[in-house]
Amino acid sequence: MNTATFSLATMAPAIPEIVLSLLVFTLLIVDLTLRDEDRHVTYWLTILSLVGTAVLAAATVGRPTVVTFSGMFVSDLMSQVLKVATLLTVAATLVLGRSYLAVRGLLTGEFMCLALFGTLGMMVMISAHHFLTLYLGLELMALSQYAMVALQRDSARATEAAMKYFVLGALSSGLLLYGMSMIYGATGSLELTRVAFSIEHGQAQHLLGVFGLVFVVAGVAFKLGAAPFHMWIPDVYHGAATPATLFVGAAPKIAAFAFVMRLLGNGLQGMTVDWQQMLVVLALASMAVGNIVAIAQANIKRMLAYSTISHMGFLVLGILAGNDNGYSSAMFYVLAYVLMTLGSFGMIMLLSRAGFEAENLDDFKGLNRKSKWYAFMMLVLMFSLTGLPPTVGFFAKLAVLQAVLEAGYTWLVVVAVLLSVIGAFYYLRIVKLMYMDEPVGEITLDPRADTRWVLSITALATLVLGILPGPLMDLCMRAITASM
Amino acid sequence: MFQGYVLSLTIWVPIAFGIAVLVIGRDQSPLPARWTALAGSVLGLVVCIPLWTGFQPAAEMQFVEMGSWIPRFNVNYHLGVDGIAMPLILLNSLMTVLVVVAHWEVITDKVSQYLAAFLIMSGLINGVFASLDAILFYVFFEAMLIPMFLIIGVWGGPNRVYAAVKFFLYTLLGSLLMLAAFIYLYNQTNGSFEILDFHRLPIGETAQKLIFLAMFMSFAVKVPMWPVHTWLPDAHVEAPTGGSVILAAITLKIGGYGFLRFNLPITPDASHFFDTFMITLSLIAVVYIGLVALVQQDMKKLIAYSSISHMGFVTLGFFIFNSDGMLGGLIQMVSHGFISAAMFLCVGVLYDRMHSRMIADYGGVANRMPVFAAFFVFFAMANSGLPGTSGFVGEFMVIMGTIKVSFWYTFLAATTLVFGAAYTLWMVKRVVFGEVANAHVAALMDVGRRELFFLALLAVLVLWMGVYPKAFSDVMNPTIQELLRHVSQSKLG
Repeated sequence: MNTATFSLATMAPAIPEIVLSLLVFTLLIVDLTLRDEDRHVTYWLTILSLVGTAVLAAATVGRPTVVTFSGMFVSDLMSQVLKVATLLTVAATLVLGRSYLAVRGLLTGEFMCLALFGTLGMMVMISAHHFLTLYLGLELMALSQYAMVALQRDSARATEAAMKYFVLGALSSGLLLYGMSMIYGATGSLELTRVAFSIEHGQAQHLLGVFGLVFVVAGVAFKLGAAPFHMWIPDVYHGAATPATLFVGAAPKIAAFAFVMRLLGNGLQGMTVDWQQMLVVLALASMAVGNIVAIAQANIKRMLAYSTISHMGFLVLGILAGNDNGYSSAMFYVLAYVLMTLGSFGMIMLLSRAGFEAENLDDFKGLNRKSKWYAFMMLVLMFSLTGLPPTVGFFAKLAVLQAVLEAGYTWLVVVAVLLSVIGAFYYLRIVKLMYMDEPVGEITLDPRADTRWVLSITALATLVLGILPGPLMDLCMRAITASM
Repeated sequence: MFQGYVLSLTIWVPIAFGIAVLVIGRDQSPLPARWTALAGSVLGLVVCIPLWTGFQPAAEMQFVEMGSWIPRFNVNYHLGVDGIAMPLILLNSLMTVLVVVAHWEVITDKVSQYLAAFLIMSGLINGVFASLDAILFYVFFEAMLIPMFLIIGVWGGPNRVYAAVKFFLYTLLGSLLMLAAFIYLYNQTNGSFEILDFHRLPIGETAQKLIFLAMFMSFAVKVPMWPVHTWLPDAHVEAPTGGSVILAAITLKIGGYGFLRFNLPITPDASHFFDTFMITLSLIAVVYIGLVALVQQDMKKLIAYSSISHMGFVTLGFFIFNSDGMLGGLIQMVSHGFISAAMFLCVGVLYDRMHSRMIADYGGVANRMPVFAAFFVFFAMANSGLPGTSGFVGEFMVIMGTIKVSFWYTFLAATTLVFGAAYTLWMVKRVVFGEVANAHVAALMDVGRRELFFLALLAVLVLWMGVYPKAFSDVMNPTIQELLRHVSQSKLG
């Protein structure tokens, strides 16, 4: 496996990544030749690239696990499924943000190409089988994100957010790299299976390994946005243009989940006892901070930012169970979460228009008077975020709680449940504003049909997956058993 | 032809019609939505008829349906009813018809959403009573909160939002703890969410107590028992008439049903351990809440407190562990469904005309509305437990059961016959009798045909159950006997 021979056969597992990178470079050049009023061509080509790559990636689903490029890169069921999900999520992000971007002059080639580069980074992260590829993918994704947040040049808020994001992101990357170097020192390898092998057979220096692990977990927590490493989330969510927020908030969570799986599940499974305790602290802090602070927010983007933190706490809860059951529940959770995020940010963009950001809670007042359908969509999304049946959010929580209880953390389940009740309050408030209050200003809806369709589909998907969660749950379970 | 799918039909027919009402509903012309909703609720009642006619008076689950739902967690679409659940499904389907009829000229804002919320909720509640899988039960149980939250919050009175949020959060807190208990039981049974498997599972002492308390939280909030009852007066007062009817007649019963289906059979030893605790809370509800009801100025609040007091009888009956008490409690649940619905509809009739629920605003209504006054007085009598009405049967049986356990329990429970009569009849006296109090009362019109229909229907049911309770007790008794036998066996060791 380790002989470095490059042939077509060794490249085959990475075809989606290769195709996507070729497409990005082509797009960069094509975009140069376009006049400003023809930017929609770039947009459509971007969507086409994403969907096309998604189809390619979907064709690989179910292929047996292959490790290639000298153990740097893996294609297994988990990576195959997550890649399709990532690509579709990014495509949906761009469709939902189309009008918003166009009106604010952000529908540019740069934005589209950065989005594609970021996606490429996520795909590399998802398929990484080596600390270096993990880091490479992470940085490709993160750098694109910093730039996307900063792209709104004349907005002081966006610039400030980008600065914060960049500085903290760089710091966390540093932590991560430092931790990785120590694990390298402890185990003598950067390749995940060898790291795992060395830990399992007691060849690694435990103390050094644990020391490195602390840094790795801190770095991972930064990327996930789990408390107490969550400070950047509210500012970035609030400051960035909403499509950029959605880009940062949706698909990268899938990649971050894969990242955690590769690091802790594949690489450091032998140190479960050590990282479990750290994750308990992260999960508790995230759920507490996220749910309690969200109540005080008047800005819906900040509120959703804190809601993200609490959901990441739940995700970590699933991972800390430390077995296939827990991992698969976390995978289901992250997919469900991304769906809900797409929907809820999509609603914000649906209500925004030229010169008006529907980002205060009050902007949702009386939505039911204006549009019963979209008020209902938002209702479904909010109850899904609360974790109420019959929505997918409930089954995501159920799966995680089951795994954690099975792992023996009964008290943690009780605390998680109590904090969810606190969380219910602020989601409920949005439903209250939509249905029980009269509108304050004029409400307009984005007229684009494709945006509306994608929004309705994501919201309905949370309902349909809440009624029939079985197939996706099975898929997650199979993916995790195949990959761990 | 639909014999194998009776329970599914009772769940999905109202939900399907609810969605249809939403689709065809137009704010400008609510009539099509109204007729569709009426058709849906009547059809929902019609599909329940086989449950009554085809029911075998035996303890095992009937009309069973079984299908795999979520294989990953071994969750099944498993439905079935016994003598406890079946009457409650009928009660619920009947109340839905009444609610649809009662809304007719009263609700004019967002009519289709109002009706759809009730129809969907009706289906979900039937699902709660019919589920034999804990997760299926939980899904229905929680999903029901959504339409109820909207009903109180959108169509309720001035303080509706506060009441709706309070109702929602109280119930959610209780039910999430129950969910944790379900997951624990799932892990213990090695992967089964079947309620009947939970019944058979041996559980250690501490675990039983904790599970009991988790589920107690959930159902005590629903019943509601003192001291977690405080959401109920707010929710009732602010809810529209239909919402109050469903809350009082049906959703409170889910709490009682939960004790019978979950607490008693899953944790019998803990149930015995906590029986004094439960009886104490029940007696506090009966006596203290009865006294609170006495001083209410608002008719709806008074009836709400009287509901809590009557539900105290239900839980009292369940936790004295003899067949008189348990059967009495169950009969009391159904009877309270009829009577409280009737009382709230009566207040609704007055409120629609006067837009006030304050007792002080009324007086001498009988002079202007003699037919209505007759019904109101009749239901008030039933509410205070007059022999010959359904209110008497349940209370009498519970008192008969209690006397076998302790004289003092009986003494305290029997005070309700005094207090209940006092607060109900005093209210009726102030509202219905006396001189015409003011010009508004003088202008009142008596009940119309629509109002006459639902009041008469409920009066017939109250009388039927009061005169011939055997029709109900025959259905319920085998299940109750089996439950008592099950509860008397320890699960320890």
